[in-house]
Amino acid sequence: MTNNSLALPMRASGTLACHRLVERYAPLATTILALVAIWYVAALAMNWTLVRDGFEREETPYTVTDVISGTMNAERPLLPAPHQVVSAFLDSVFGYPPLAPRSLVYHSLVTLSATALGFVLGALLGILLALMIVHSRVLERSLLPWIICSQMVPVLALAPIFVVVLGALGLQGLLPKSIISAYLCFFPIAIGMVKGFTSPDPLQVELMRTWSANQRQMLWKLRWPAAVPYLFASLKVAVTISLIGAIVAELPTGAEAGIGARLLAGSYYGQTVQLWAALVASAVLSSGLIALIALVERAVARRMGAH
Amino acid sequence: MSPLSPVNSVSEPLPEPASKRLVVDAQNISLTFETADGRVDALSNVSLQIAEGEFVSFIGPSGCGKTTMLRVVADLQQPSSGTLLVNGMSAENARLARSYGYVFQAPALFPWRTIEKNLKLPLEIMGFSEVEQQQRVQHYLSLVNLTGFERKFPWQLSGGMQQRVSIARALSFDPDLLLMDEPFGALDEIVRDHLNEQLLQLWKSTEKTVLFVTHSIPEAVFLSTKIVVMSPRPGRIIDIIDCDFPRDRSLEIRETPEFLKIAQRVRSGLRAGHSYDE
Repeated sequence: MTNNSLALPMRASGTLACHRLVERYAPLATTILALVAIWYVAALAMNWTLVRDGFEREETPYTVTDVISGTMNAERPLLPAPHQVVSAFLDSVFGYPPLAPRSLVYHSLVTLSATALGFVLGALLGILLALMIVHSRVLERSLLPWIICSQMVPVLALAPIFVVVLGALGLQGLLPKSIISAYLCFFPIAIGMVKGFTSPDPLQVELMRTWSANQRQMLWKLRWPAAVPYLFASLKVAVTISLIGAIVAELPTGAEAGIGARLLAGSYYGQTVQLWAALVASAVLSSGLIALIALVERAVARRMGAH
Repeated sequence: MSPLSPVNSVSEPLPEPASKRLVVDAQNISLTFETADGRVDALSNVSLQIAEGEFVSFIGPSGCGKTTMLRVVADLQQPSSGTLLVNGMSAENARLARSYGYVFQAPALFPWRTIEKNLKLPLEIMGFSEVEQQQRVQHYLSLVNLTGFERKFPWQLSGGMQQRVSIARALSFDPDLLLMDEPFGALDEIVRDHLNEQLLQLWKSTEKTVLFVTHSIPEAVFLSTKIVVMSPRPGRIIDIIDCDFPRDRSLEIRETPEFLKIAQRVRSGLRAGHSYDE
């Protein structure tokens, strides 16, 4: 009796709720919907006075409905509504030819190239530093404090200095941006790889010793493969940071192109919608970069016998 | 002086060892660690001669220095005093000359390498040719009955199989000496018995000299031609027992009176060296 009364509603509601797709995506969809709802409410609240003052300044009669619809479509809102951001993003991505100066694709490519170069430079630098630290205690004691110090100075303060110094050396455009990006992203790689290079089991190290392996064999046949999981973990952190580095580097250089330039222009002219669209672009870029690294990671892990 | 003074330590001049070359010749080896709690005498005046082709077991309670002794022979640790010759050279030169294969308690396979690649690792390091590597992989895999597992990764094999791979790996470059540190300690009794028989076969067919550390009296008596009984604090040898069963013995000899007699002597040696009042 009790069994039945309990089982029946469960089974009835179970038909849809137990579908695999629903089970998998329902929590995520709910969160997103909730966030969007909060965003709309916030946009309404934040733009309210702005829109109302607008009506009053022009001395046009208005109703509450007018103000509400105004907050959703203001030209320069304090907080643009989600649909405005989405349409501005889509418009600036698909509305122009990819290489037009108003296209977000163009600006993303400019930033992406600086990010990619900076990421590669930073990764190489990070790995090199980790190798030096692992192989010599003297270098560990002399390098590590400076590496840590380097990350204490805000990059916004350093970026103009870099640009000026590198500009005096005749370097302009892509390279200064990449160097700033590399300066930021080498850190997690260096720290991660020090951990990775020292991660082999002591037994494995001793085995290599019993075979009297030399330093190079020790590195390539033991330390390097053992460090691969750490490498990918730190690359994922580093790639996001190098994107941030490239964007930040575009701010003080007064760059004409790039996501940073779009952000700067957006904030100068109060083009909040454009500002948000550029933010969305950088989020899309960094998730794309992380996904790319995750893809490579999975392929490498499969080759290295991950179960 | 320990109550049970080494009966055979000054081993009567048997004709066999005299004619054979000494693989390990240790004279008064001592090793002292400085730890936070003070000095620890891991080895104290250990002298031992091991001739070519012998199977020598080291047995004793934890902390008696049996593993340390093996590590000293392998040049993984250096003695504080005493002289040691391995294959007629210093321990370091013997290591550099790749005179021994070492098997740890854990298989310590490289998880990112297939079984085949794991076997090839020492061969790659020592610069064997590609063809030679391939031949040796085939040979030593079949020696430990693992043909067909070349492409598997270590996690796909059971613990006993992994340990067999690590034994094949230690043999793959054909060293004179095989050093085994409780290689079957982590395995269950049945697998252990089986591997003991296989190891004996291997020893017979390859004619290696084996130094074998164990906790198990039956294992020591079953495998060895010589049993070294050790005792802790300080780590020292308290008895060396010759054990001359025929080379192709089977597990059944464990029921014979001779076997039990030797096992009894090992046990009383262990008891004498161990102070139970702690």
